[in-house]
Amino acid sequence: MTLHLAVALDGTGWHPASWREPGARPGELFTAGFWVDQLREAEAGLLDLVTIEDSFALDSDRADRAQGRLDAQLIALRVGPVTSRIGLVPTVVTTHTEPFHVSTEIATLDYVTTGRAGVRVKVSSRADEYALFGRREYGAESHESLFDEAADHIEVQRRLWDSWEDDAEIRDAATGRFVDRDKLHYIDFAGDHFSVRGPSITPRPPQGQPLVSALAHVDVAYRLAARGADLVFVTPGGVGRAGPTGDAEAILRQVRAEEASVGRQGDPLHVIGDLLVVLDDSADAARERLARLDAADGEELRSDARILTGTVGDVADVLESWHATGLAGARLRPAVTAHDLARITRELVPELQRRGLFRTAYDADTLRGHFGLARPADRYART
Amino acid sequence: MPKQIHLAAHFPGVNNTTVWSDPASGSHIEFESFRRFAQAAERGKFDFLFLAEGLRLREQGGRIYDLDVMGRPDNVAILQALAAVTEHIGLAGTVNSTFNEPLDVARKLATLDHLSGGRAAWNVVTSWDEFTGENFRRGGYLPKDKRYLRAQEMLSTAQALWDSWDADEVLADAASGRFLRHGDAGRFAIRSDQFDISGRFPVPRSPQGRPVIIQAGDSEEGREFAASSADAIFTRHAELEAGQEFYADVKARLAKFGRRPEDLKILPAATFVLGATESEAAENARQVQYQQVGPATAIAFAEQVWNRDLSDVDPDGPVPSFDPKTDDDVDSGGHISKGRASVRMYRDPVATAREWRELGEREGLSLREVVIRKNGRHTFVGTPQRVADTIDEFVQSDASDGFVLVPHITPGGMDPFVDQVVPLLQEKGSFRTEYEGATLREHLGLRPSPTTVAAVSVEA
Repeated sequence: MTLHLAVALDGTGWHPASWREPGARPGELFTAGFWVDQLREAEAGLLDLVTIEDSFALDSDRADRAQGRLDAQLIALRVGPVTSRIGLVPTVVTTHTEPFHVSTEIATLDYVTTGRAGVRVKVSSRADEYALFGRREYGAESHESLFDEAADHIEVQRRLWDSWEDDAEIRDAATGRFVDRDKLHYIDFAGDHFSVRGPSITPRPPQGQPLVSALAHVDVAYRLAARGADLVFVTPGGVGRAGPTGDAEAILRQVRAEEASVGRQGDPLHVIGDLLVVLDDSADAARERLARLDAADGEELRSDARILTGTVGDVADVLESWHATGLAGARLRPAVTAHDLARITRELVPELQRRGLFRTAYDADTLRGHFGLARPADRYART
Repeated sequence: MPKQIHLAAHFPGVNNTTVWSDPASGSHIEFESFRRFAQAAERGKFDFLFLAEGLRLREQGGRIYDLDVMGRPDNVAILQALAAVTEHIGLAGTVNSTFNEPLDVARKLATLDHLSGGRAAWNVVTSWDEFTGENFRRGGYLPKDKRYLRAQEMLSTAQALWDSWDADEVLADAASGRFLRHGDAGRFAIRSDQFDISGRFPVPRSPQGRPVIIQAGDSEEGREFAASSADAIFTRHAELEAGQEFYADVKARLAKFGRRPEDLKILPAATFVLGATESEAAENARQVQYQQVGPATAIAFAEQVWNRDLSDVDPDGPVPSFDPKTDDDVDSGGHISKGRASVRMYRDPVATAREWRELGEREGLSLREVVIRKNGRHTFVGTPQRVADTIDEFVQSDASDGFVLVPHITPGGMDPFVDQVVPLLQEKGSFRTEYEGATLREHLGLRPSPTTVAAVSVEA
C-alpha cells in the first residue's frame, strides 16, 4: 500500500522568517494569485490534499513577522475552480462558529470542487480569540467540554450533510412538487452547547460526507478524532502542550485505544504524521538554511511537530519508517513555502515513487476516493 | 452624457418566480450553473451579481414547503468561488446580522474583497424569529424591536474592523525586515448594546477598504438605516411614480448624514419577459405566469392569506367566500407559513381576501388567475427595444439608478437580456460598453471608502 501525502499551507511557510526568503512574495500574501500558485504546485505533486491553517487571532505582535490572515474556507473556495484533483481542507474553529453555517460552507466547497472538500476542526484555546467574539469567558469551560462541543459540531455538520437524501429533488410536474419532502430530514440535534433543528439549506454534497480531520497531540483530541473524524494528524517525535507526544508507534496505540473506547464504527481513522521540513541538497545545507532563518527571526524555530532538517531522502526515510509502523502517511509543513514546497513536489514525490510508496498519477476524483473511502449511505435513508 | 444605468443580476431564488418545470431549467445547486449565470452577467457588463441567503427551509402547515425550487449553497462561499471564473463583475451576498458575529462576517467579507480584487458587497439584513433561530446557537434570542439596532451595530462594528488597518500598513519589505509599520496593527475595542469585543482584526485593509454595503427596507427605519450607511438600496418600487417618490424621499435623507445624492444607488428589483413583438412578449409573459403559479402554488398562496388549510379548495374555482383566520399573531410564529418574509406583508388579511374576491367576481377570474394577477406581474414585458426604453426612461426620470434583474430560468435566464437589451442601452449611451474601473465601488460610481484611523475604539 502506498502512503498518503499532504501539505499544510500557512502563509509564506511555517518559519516566522519565511516571508523574507527569495521568492516568498510577501506583498502578495493577501491576493488570490499567491494561493492559486501554491495549489497548482501541490497538485502537480499529486498530493492527496492540502490543509489551510486558520485562526481568528493573530500569532504575533512583532512588526518583523508576517501578520494578517484570510478566512481559510474562502481561500479553499477561491482555488477550488482552478484545481481539479487535489483535496482542499480548510481549518475551522469550532468554538466560535455556527455548525449550521460551517456545514453548508463545506458542502458548498464540495459542490464547487465536485467532491474534493474536507474540513479540519480546531478547538479555540486562546484568550485573545474569545475576546474577538465576546460571547464566552475564556477558561470558564473545561478542556473536555470544549472538545465535546467540537464533537457535537462535527456531528451536526454530518447530520446536516445527510439531511437531504440524494434523490430528494424530484421535479414532479404532475403534482407541482420540486422535492419529495419525505426525503428531507430534521436532524433535531440537542447538545450542551447548542441545538440545531435542520434540515440543511444545501442538498447532500457530492461526496455525501466530506472528509473530517483534526490535529491531535493528547488523548482528549485523539478521542475527538475517534468520535467524529476520518483523518487525524498526529506529531510523532513532537511536543504538545502536555509534553512530548511519543513516537509513531506509541501514538498509534493511543489512537486505536481511543477508537476502541468510543466504540468507533466503520472505517478506522487514517493516522497521518506531521513533519515540519527544512529541505536542501545536503543535511549541512539544510541546517545552514535553518540557522540563517533563525538568525533573521532572532529566535530558534519551535514547533509541536518534529522538525526535520535534511534532504528529501531523509524525509523519505522517516516516512517509510512511519509507514512500516502503520501510519497512513504524512502531512508536511514547509518551513519556507517558496522553497520547500517545490522540493516536496519535485524531489520528494519522485523519490517516494521510486521507492514504490506513492502514486504516479491520480486514480480518484474525490478526496474520499484518494483515501479509498466509499461514498457512504445516507444515515436517514430508508432502503 | 446621460445618467448611467446600474444593473445587477440576481441568481433565481427559492420562490415561485423561479420556474423549475421548464425544459431549459437546469441545476440550482451545481457550481456550473452559477458559473454560467455569472459569466453571462459579466458579458453584459453588469455592475454586480447578487445571491440571497438561506437559513432555514420554508414551511407551510407544519411541513416543509415543497412546491418551489429549494436547496442552495452558502452564498458567500459561491461568490468566492465565482471570483475565480470572473474578472470584473461585483459579487454581492446577503448575510444576516442576527445569526452571525461581526468579527466573523467582517473577516469573510474582507477576505472576499481581497480574493476578488475589490469586488465584494454585503446586503445587510435583519431577522429575529425563533423559527430561523432553531438552526443556530442562540435560538430566537433577539426581540423584534432590537433587530435594527443589532443590524446597525453589526454594520458599524464591521466598518470599524475594516478601518482598523491603515491602507499602507503592510510593508512586506524583506530587505529591511519590516512586514508591518506597527506590530499591533488592527487593534480595536468595541462596546455597544449588542457587542463587547476587543483585540486585533486579522485581515489587512482590502482593496475597497470597505466592501459595498447594500440594504433593503421600505419602512421608515429601513430608509433611515440605508440613508445613513448604505451604498445601495434594494426596493420593490418598480413603477414609475412610486419609484420617483421613493427615490426623492431616500435621496433627500442623505444630506443630514453628510452624504451626496450619488452616494446611495437606488435599485428596484425587476423581472422581464421579452418577445419579438409586443403581442409575442405578452403571450410569453402569460405562459411564464402560469408556470410560476401552478394549481398547487395558487392554493399555497391563498393559504398564506387565509392562514388555514385550503387543500379542499379548487384553484380553478372562485376565490373562497369565507374570511381568513386572524386569531394568530403572524409575527410570533402562529402563522401557517414560516420562513417567508413576504407573508408579513399581509397586514390585513381580511381586507386582502376581500380585494381578491372582488377582483375575481368583477372580472370572472378563478382563484389561480387572481393569484397570478396579484403576485405574478412582470416588471418589463415587451420587445427588447421597449424594455430598453422603459429602463432608460426610469433611470433618466429619477425613478431609480438602475435595476436588480431576476430572470425566471436558471442558469440561462439572463442571456436574452444580455444579448438583446444591453446593446440597446449601450447605444443610448446610458450603459457602459466596457468595465472602466477595477472595483465594484468604481462600477457603481461610489467614492472610495473613508480612509482610516490607526486605533479604533467605539463606545456606544
